[in-house]
Amino acid sequence: MTGHHQTLALLLFSGFVAVTLAITTWVSRNRRGSAEEFYAGGRLFSPLENGFAIAGDYVSAASFLGVTGLIALYGYDGMLYVVGFFVAWLLVLFLVAELVRNCGRFTLADVVVARMSERPVRIAAGTSSVTVSVLYLVAQMVGAGSLVALLLGGTSAAARAWTVVGVGALMVIYVSLGGMRATTWIQIVKAVLLLSGTVALTVLVLLRFHGDLDRLLLTAAERSGHGDGFLAPGLKYGGDWTARLDFISLGLALVLGTAGLPHILSRFYTVPTARAARRSVLWSIGLIGGFYLMTIVLGFSAAAIVGPEAVRGSNVAGNTAVPLLALDLGGGADSTGGTVLFAVVAAVAFATILAVVAGITLASSASVAHDLYASLRRSHAKPRSEVTVARVASVGIGVVAIALGLLARDLNVAFLVGLAFAVAASANLPVLLYSLFWRGFTTRGAVWSVYGGLVPALVLVVLSPVVSGGPESLFPGVDFQYFPLQNPGIVSIPLGFLAGWLGTVTSAEVPDEAKHAETEVRSLTGAGAV
Amino acid sequence: MRYDDPWYDALASGWGETDGVGAPATGGGPDGRGAKEEGVPAAGDIYLEVQRSAAFQEVRSRYRRFVVPGVLLFLTWYVGYVVTATTAPGVMARPVAGAVNVAMLAGLGQFLTTFVLAWAYARHARLRRDRAALELRWDTQELTRSARGGTS
Repeated sequence: MTGHHQTLALLLFSGFVAVTLAITTWVSRNRRGSAEEFYAGGRLFSPLENGFAIAGDYVSAASFLGVTGLIALYGYDGMLYVVGFFVAWLLVLFLVAELVRNCGRFTLADVVVARMSERPVRIAAGTSSVTVSVLYLVAQMVGAGSLVALLLGGTSAAARAWTVVGVGALMVIYVSLGGMRATTWIQIVKAVLLLSGTVALTVLVLLRFHGDLDRLLLTAAERSGHGDGFLAPGLKYGGDWTARLDFISLGLALVLGTAGLPHILSRFYTVPTARAARRSVLWSIGLIGGFYLMTIVLGFSAAAIVGPEAVRGSNVAGNTAVPLLALDLGGGADSTGGTVLFAVVAAVAFATILAVVAGITLASSASVAHDLYASLRRSHAKPRSEVTVARVASVGIGVVAIALGLLARDLNVAFLVGLAFAVAASANLPVLLYSLFWRGFTTRGAVWSVYGGLVPALVLVVLSPVVSGGPESLFPGVDFQYFPLQNPGIVSIPLGFLAGWLGTVTSAEVPDEAKHAETEVRSLTGAGAV
Repeated sequence: MRYDDPWYDALASGWGETDGVGAPATGGGPDGRGAKEEGVPAAGDIYLEVQRSAAFQEVRSRYRRFVVPGVLLFLTWYVGYVVTATTAPGVMARPVAGAVNVAMLAGLGQFLTTFVLAWAYARHARLRRDRAALELRWDTQELTRSARGGTS
């Protein structure tokens, strides 16, 4: 990669950072410092705006660069990921979006505590939300470090470390100064940039192949060296039965985890009504679906145009497939068009990471301040001071994420994202669905279902080959590997549901019928919604 | 008079200038966990009463009659797809036309069913649920307000 790429890419990066900082300043000028404003942006976004922001929050660099790279290297098996990421939205639309908007205020815990004894449930739900967010955040930080260093040519350890620190500092500035309103506008800007970049590349690919997708697929299969096997499952996950079971586990985590991600749940509070929440999910399903369909085309055309050897030569995991494709589509390495397109794609990837980390930081600082701090402190915190706590919490989370991002820089990004989804599906989804739909659910059931999903998920990861016992583990020297799968979902998700049921049937507490009636009536009609 | 339009009420409470210090009419207390405090006997009875009303039962069963089969349908279809792709790649590799094989069709089929089900859900909610839910919301808020001895 020549100096021209880097200069132009750096210019575009700086442009994006300048625009987002301007948004943050402009938004924080008229802020009033209320919790409504900080956590939910005043609840006045339109469904269209929120739909773009949801798409911006959800589509991370793991989708834009990681999945296209997987498709370029392994063909159809990369597509399996995309389907899981997308189908998950039906669960969000059917069971979660409207009801959560009607019952809650700022966080997941708000929905659950309406029926329960408040303190233990809030602490449990807050803990699991923060855990999920930090895992997701570390994945994005690790990705940011390696990608930006790679795209800018500087692969030295120092360049990666400074990128992680820089991303962390920027996200803390966005969140602590701008709150939800600045974060939302950053998501919208990012979503527009990402979608236009993807559409432009897809159009160029279709022009190159004269709109003949069949020929695109055949060329990809031919160049991959696997022939027709490239267009069918099995190249990556077709090994022994452990690998296959691992993929089924990941698939379950992807489809059930989205509905438990705290930064996705908090997006529904930024619109005025449940109907607006439904319409924003519809917008985001359209945008995300269109985006993922285009990434499939881009992945296969990277295999057809750039070729798997060149992709693998640049980055073993395939993360640079789309930038390399852009370089070729623009006219090659030495042309102006190639330079410009490459720099644009690099800048879009950077914008993607920045926007996603800002969204997660905001959601986790809300959990810290609104759930954990407010419950662990004896006396009641005033709303104004709660926002101050949230701002401070975002700084703390930024520091933790930077530290973990530097420590975990050799872990696989896709694995970390899969783990965050698995924890969300095991700890957050059961308690959310039980408290919305189960009349007899009790406080003990709620607490047990959160910890009963969270603890097994984390313990199984510690005992998995990711941490010890293999050449690619975090601690290759020792061996305490007792669980064969990388993703714990297939075991921990049922455990979360089971623990919630067990806790409920064993508790002496009589479920409060009136509270259940209130939750049910409010969730379906919107009466009393804030 | 702003209670005449429940949507307006929801919007108005979002301005957030006072941040709940002037508590919204039917929302919570100033500390953001008001849903719990709302369990004063009168308000609780109202929710029970509304829950037992025929109108609410109708809205709830319309919602469940669509959502339960819908969730079962798409989860079965997705899990079936993932399990087939990982355990029986041979079936998925069977060619259909040109470069397109069963796996490609199934993958694109997942996208298609997601779009169609999302559209169907939105249509069902708009035509079969929204009006009744809005009326119930309006009635419930009226009842809660009068149970508290008038409004602010």
